[in-house]
Amino acid sequence: VVRPRRRDLEGRQPCGGRWRGRALTSHHDSQYNRPFLESFEETPMLVAVLTYMGYGILTIFGYLRDFLRHWKIERCHIAREKEEQRDFVPLYQDFENFYTRNLYMRIRDNWNRPICSVPGAKVDLMERTSRDYNWTFEYTGRVVLDVINLGSYNYLGFAENTGPCADSAAEITMKYGVGVASTRQEIGNLDRHEELEKLVAKFLGVESAMVFGMGFATNSMNIPALTGKGCLILSDELNHASLVLGARLSGSTIRVFKHNNMQSLEKLLRDAIVHGQPRTHRPWKKILIVVEGIYSMEGSIVRLPEVIDLKKRYRAYLYLDEAHSIGALGSRGRGVVDYFGLDPCDVDVLMGTFTKSFGAAGGYIAGKWELIEYLRSHSHSAVYATSMSPPVVEQIITSMKCIMGEDGTTIGCDRVRKLAENTVYFRRRLREMGFIIYGNEDSPVVPMMLYMPAKIGAFGREMLKRNIGVVVVGFPATPIIESRARFCISAAHTKEMLDRALSVISEVGDLLQLKYSRRRIQPSLSLPCDDIVFEDIDD
Amino acid sequence: GILHGHEKLPELQSGNCSVLNCRIILEINMASGQQWVLVEMVQAFYEAPAYHLILEGILILWIIRLLFSKTYKLHETYKLTEKEKEDLIEEWQPEPLAPPVSKDHLHLNYDLVTGPPSHKIILNGKECINFASFNFLGLLDHERVKEKALASLKKYGVGTCGPRGFYGTFDVHLELESRLAKFMKAEEAIIYSYGFATIASAIPAYSKRGDIIFVDEAACFSIQKGLQASRSFIKYFKHNDMDDLERLLKEQELEDQKNPRKARVIRKFIVVEGLYINTADICPLPELVNLKYKYKVRIFLEESMSFGVLGEHGRGVTEHYGVNIDDIDLISANMENAVASVGGFCCGRSFVIDHQRLSGQGYCFSASLPPMLAAAAIEALNIMEEDPDIFTVLREKCKHVYKALQGTTGLKLVGEPFAPALHLQLERSSGSRDSDMQLLRTIVDYCLERHVALTLARYLEKEERFLPPPSIRVVVTIKQEKEDIQRAVSCIKEAASVILK
Repeated sequence: VVRPRRRDLEGRQPCGGRWRGRALTSHHDSQYNRPFLESFEETPMLVAVLTYMGYGILTIFGYLRDFLRHWKIERCHIAREKEEQRDFVPLYQDFENFYTRNLYMRIRDNWNRPICSVPGAKVDLMERTSRDYNWTFEYTGRVVLDVINLGSYNYLGFAENTGPCADSAAEITMKYGVGVASTRQEIGNLDRHEELEKLVAKFLGVESAMVFGMGFATNSMNIPALTGKGCLILSDELNHASLVLGARLSGSTIRVFKHNNMQSLEKLLRDAIVHGQPRTHRPWKKILIVVEGIYSMEGSIVRLPEVIDLKKRYRAYLYLDEAHSIGALGSRGRGVVDYFGLDPCDVDVLMGTFTKSFGAAGGYIAGKWELIEYLRSHSHSAVYATSMSPPVVEQIITSMKCIMGEDGTTIGCDRVRKLAENTVYFRRRLREMGFIIYGNEDSPVVPMMLYMPAKIGAFGREMLKRNIGVVVVGFPATPIIESRARFCISAAHTKEMLDRALSVISEVGDLLQLKYSRRRIQPSLSLPCDDIVFEDIDD
Repeated sequence: GILHGHEKLPELQSGNCSVLNCRIILEINMASGQQWVLVEMVQAFYEAPAYHLILEGILILWIIRLLFSKTYKLHETYKLTEKEKEDLIEEWQPEPLAPPVSKDHLHLNYDLVTGPPSHKIILNGKECINFASFNFLGLLDHERVKEKALASLKKYGVGTCGPRGFYGTFDVHLELESRLAKFMKAEEAIIYSYGFATIASAIPAYSKRGDIIFVDEAACFSIQKGLQASRSFIKYFKHNDMDDLERLLKEQELEDQKNPRKARVIRKFIVVEGLYINTADICPLPELVNLKYKYKVRIFLEESMSFGVLGEHGRGVTEHYGVNIDDIDLISANMENAVASVGGFCCGRSFVIDHQRLSGQGYCFSASLPPMLAAAAIEALNIMEEDPDIFTVLREKCKHVYKALQGTTGLKLVGEPFAPALHLQLERSSGSRDSDMQLLRTIVDYCLERHVALTLARYLEKEERFLPPPSIRVVVTIKQEKEDIQRAVSCIKEAASVILK
C-alpha cells in the first residue's frame, strides 16, 4: 500500500529530521505561542498528469490556430502595428504573446470584471458579454446585483460608503480637495499626513512612521534607499513583484530562499557572512531579509519567530511586508507581529499597505526614529512623488482609530475577531468538503486548488452564474500546474453569506470534480491534522 | 668483465667480416654487458651495509610520498571549520540600516502645510500665495471637482480593495480611460494609481534586456527608474541636442549593419519629456519624429508637465507643435499636476497600450486608483474641455511671470516663456552645492516671511544620473492675479538683492 505523500509543515513539532543535527534553531518550538498549522497537500499524480495534458492540448491548438491566422483562414482580432512602422523591429516577440493569445484570451472574462458599487461583502457587477470569444467585450447596460464578494481584499470591511470613515473622508474632500500637486519634500507635506504618521507609529507600537501614496511604490521606492551595492538582500521566493522590483532597483545582490523555509534562509545567511561578497570576498555591508506577513497566493503566514531569531543571531536586518496581514491578523489587528505576540521593535522595517484592511490606498514604513528620519530625506517617494490624497489619509485615520478603539466603540475590535472566526470557519468547512486548501489555518487568504487550465475558467464562470464573485489565478501568477481559486474572507461577510458561498462552492466543486483531497477528515473534528506525515522539505 | 670483452675484440678485428656483422656482435656484446651490471648490482645489494639500505628505502618512500602529495585539492586548504565559521559570524558587524542623519539636514525639515494646498496656502503657519504647487489650472479646490469626488465617495467609498484584475476595475476607471483617450485623440488610454509609477512601469513593459534606449540627459527621475528596471542599454544624449542624438543613432545604425541578424531583434526607443521638469524647456518633437522614421526608433513621450498646459486644447506637446499623435508610440503623463488629482495614464495606439494591461507592473500588481480620484479627474477633463480658454490664460500668465522675473540680481531664470514651472538658479555658484542650497533657501524663507510660498527643487543628489543645479521653483497657476504676481516678483527681486548683493 502506497501512502500518499504529503507536504505538511507544522510548527508544533517540526523538528524530526528537518533541523538535522544542528542545534541552531532548536528552541523554536517555544517561540510559537500558538499552534502553527500550515499545509500544502501534495498534488495527486493523476491530476498533475491531466493538467500537463490540458496545457499540451491548449498549446497544440494554439499553434494550429496561429497557423490558421497566419494564412488568413481564421480572422485575426489582434491589434496591428501601424502600416508605416511595419519595418521597425517588432515591439513584441511572437512567443511573448502566444500565451496571451491562445490561453489567456479564452478565459479572459474571469478577470477585470468591472464593478459599480462599493467593493464590500456584496458587490454589483456590470454585465458584459463577448461575441468573439473574449477578444472584445460589450456592456449590456444591465447590472448583476448583490454578488457575494470573495475577491476583494476588504478584510475588515472598511470598504464602505457610509459610516464614520466615509463621513470624515467626505468632510476632508470638501475642505482640502483631492489632490496635493506637490511632493512631501517640496510643498506637499500636509498636517493630515503628519497626523496619520503619528497614528501609524502609535498603532504599530514603534517610534516613527512614514506614509506613501501607493503600496507598490512603498516597496519599490524605499528598498533602494535602504540597501545598495555591497549589500545582500535575502528574499523569499514568493515575494511580491514590488519587493522584487525594489530589490532589483537597489543594485544589491539578491539571493532567494525557499518559501518560508528557515533552513534555507539560515544556510544563505551563514554562507553569506562566511564567504562575503562574491569574487572580492569583502564582507557584506549589510544583509536585509525580506519577507511578507501573509503570502497572498499561498495563504501562508511567515514563520516570524524563527526569522527574528535568525536575524538576531546573524545580525541581519528584517524587512516585513504586511500588505495582507496588517489589520487582518492578531488579536488587536496589529498584523503578524501581534499574531505571534512579538515585539514590533524586533522587526527593523515594518511595511504595510492601507489598500486592504483600511479600505483606502497607499502604504507605510515604520520603525526606529533614525530609520524614518533617514527615509524622510532619502526615500524616492518623498522627493519625487506626489503625496497622499487628503480624503484617502482621512479614511485611514478614521479606520485605524476604529481598530484601536480610539473612537470609543468596540466596532474595530469586533471586526478583527469576526474576521478570525470567519476565516477559521470557512477554511474548516472547505477542508471538510474535500477541497485542497493551501496555507495557514488563520490566514484570511484562502487558496483552493483547481489545477487544470480548463477548470480556471469554468470555476470562475460557474460561480458567477450563481452570483458569487471569486478570483481565479493561473500561470504565471502560480506554478504552471498549481492554478487555484482564491477567496478573501472579510469581517463584513455574515454567516449566511459564507454558508451560501460554501454550498455553492461545494455544488460547483462536485460539478467540476474539484474535491481532490485524499485526507479523511471527520466533519466534527476541529483540528484536521491527526494524520500528518512529516517530510523533509529541504535537501 | 671488461677484460673479457677486450679479449674478444681483437679476434673479431682479425676476422674478415662485414660492417653489419660487426654491429650485431657489438649489440650482443653490450646486452651481455648490461646483464653483467645487473648481476653486479644484486651482488652489491647483498654486500651493502644495512644502514645504507634503510636510508635508501626511506628516501624512496619519501619520493613516492612527494609524487602522490602533488595531487592535493586546492580548495581543501581554505575550507573553514565550523569553529572558524562561527568566529567569522561572531566577528561580522554590519553597517547601520539607516545611516545617521544630522538634525539640521536641509531635506529633513519639511515645510508644514495646514489646510488645503490651494492658491492661498498656510505654510509653516503663514498664509501665503502659492507659487510652488503644480496646480496649474487651479483645479485642486475647484468646487465642481470636489462635488464630483464627493458624489463618487458616497457611491463607492474610498478604496478599491484590489488590483484591476481582481474586482478593482470600477465603471469610473473605464470611463476615465475612454475620456482620456478621447481628450488626447488617441485610440486607448490606461490609468495607473500613482503618477511616478506610470512611466516607470511603462518603459520596462516594452524595453527588455538587450534593447536600446536613447534618453535625454535631463530626463526626470521616474524615467531614470523605468530605464533601470528595464535593464536595457541606455544611451544618453545631450539635453535637447538633436545632432548628438543623431550621432548616437548613426553609430547604432553602423553597429546594426555589422550584425544584421542581431539588429532584427533589438528594439530601439527614444525617451523624452514634453516639458522637462528639471529644465523647464520643451523637446524638439518634430525633429524627433523625423529621426524616428529615419532610424526606425520608437518614441516614448513623458508629458506630466505639458499635459493640460500646452496646446490650444491642453493636449500637450503634440498639439503645441501640430504633430500627429499617432506618430508618438506612447505618451504618458500624471494626473497630479494640471488635473490636480492623483495617478497617471499612458495613451497611444491599442496595439501598444493594451500590452501594459498584462505587463505594466504598476498596473497589474497595485491596487487601482480610488474611484473618487478618478471621478475628480473626469470632472477636471470636463472643465478643460468646456473651457479651453484656461490654457490661453495660463500661457499669458506664464509669459507675464517669465518677463517680470527677467533681470533679477544674482539669479537666472531657466525655462521657456510658456512653461508653468520655472527654475531660478544662482548666476554664480558659491562653490559648494550645500551653501548654494542654503543661499536659495534663505531667499525662499525671505519670501515666505512676506507671504509668498516658494520651494526649492528637491533631488536625491546621489541618485540622479545628471544632477540639475540647485534652484527655486516658480510655479504659475491661473489663480494668480496680476497683483499676486507683482508681489511675488518684487519679493523675489528684493530677496535676491538683499541676500545675493
